[in-house]
Amino acid sequence: MGWGFLTYTTGNFMAANSNRPTSPHLQIYQLPLTGMISISHRITGVMLSVGLLFVVYILSAVSGGTSSYGQMQAMLGNWLVTLMYWGFVYALFFHLCHGVRHLFWDAGHSFDKETLDYYAKIELGAALALTFIALIFI
Amino acid sequence: MAEFTLPKNSVLTEGKTFKAPADAKNIRRFEVYRWDPDSGENPRVDSYELDMDDCGPMVLDAILKIKNDIDSTLTFRRSCREGVCGSCAMNVNGKNTLACTKAIDSYPDTIKIYPLPHMSVVKDLVPDMTHFYAQYASIKPWIATQTPAPADTERLQSKEDRAKLDGLYECVLCACCSTSCPSYWWNSERYLGPAVLLQAYRWLADSRDENTGARLDELEDPFKLYRCHTIMNCTDTCPKGLNPAKAIAETKKLLVKRQ
Repeated sequence: MGWGFLTYTTGNFMAANSNRPTSPHLQIYQLPLTGMISISHRITGVMLSVGLLFVVYILSAVSGGTSSYGQMQAMLGNWLVTLMYWGFVYALFFHLCHGVRHLFWDAGHSFDKETLDYYAKIELGAALALTFIALIFI
Repeated sequence: MAEFTLPKNSVLTEGKTFKAPADAKNIRRFEVYRWDPDSGENPRVDSYELDMDDCGPMVLDAILKIKNDIDSTLTFRRSCREGVCGSCAMNVNGKNTLACTKAIDSYPDTIKIYPLPHMSVVKDLVPDMTHFYAQYASIKPWIATQTPAPADTERLQSKEDRAKLDGLYECVLCACCSTSCPSYWWNSERYLGPAVLLQAYRWLADSRDENTGARLDELEDPFKLYRCHTIMNCTDTCPKGLNPAKAIAETKKLLVKRQ
């Protein structure tokens, strides 16, 4: 019995009941902490990629000489840009920490239901700590 | 492509409210998803106020009370009322669970009851399980052997090997985990989902089964297995306390090991 059987069954039932509603999902589901972290991991992944364009801008401004460097510095002085900059740093460390969590999972560890939230909080805390450490050194 | 919003015919509307009897002192409000296939209308949410002094302790007791005393058109599945048949799986206050083993008192206030998420609704709280069962059949959930059966005994198993099935064989296929999984919501036509993958691993872990290679060949697929992104909703929601995410991780490990 291969997948042909499956297509046949579902194909048939779809045709017969096209009026059936889809039950609510995102609208009603209460994501656990791990679920929220999982979607945040994706979102920060996209944001970090976009943020890299900004990093490229900074690098090109640095190599562009005094005037472009000055312009870039003035822009970085803006509080909103500073906030985004540190948001980027936190997102980077958060993404890193959850990536490490994935390595543990891939090795078959830390799946126990009772410890899920505990490790999730460690991830978030570690990302925050790393951000503060970066703040001190930069 | 994933659709994050509900299609037009699935958007909820406001339904009726059924008040509690005037002399009721201990009132709880239950909001229940309703859809009548014959009405041609969109699904709605009906509210029922129940007298808790005249109702059993479990969520299923409340639903039965509604059906028996207030609104006999309410439709749902139930059978064993003790968590072994898996029929009364539904979404209660945002998490999938078995209505029969979930105490009303484990929730603080109003109780919101929906069918299992992102499923085709047959009526009210009854989702269409055809696809889910077909996926289950696709993993060949029975023992497969190459060697001839022993002449005068069953195929025996050591206690240690039998212990490897603990945490797997208890699954009642209620589909709480699969329908809690966002990845299954968006890819259910190709991704097998946590429940079926836990069952697939149950046969990989069985020392008597001699079909491991072919089973792994079937699973080694970007969609069937690898749409699991360790979101962990499955393990979080399983009403039997099982761990589908771990079973999936063990399957992935087996695939790496044999390379």
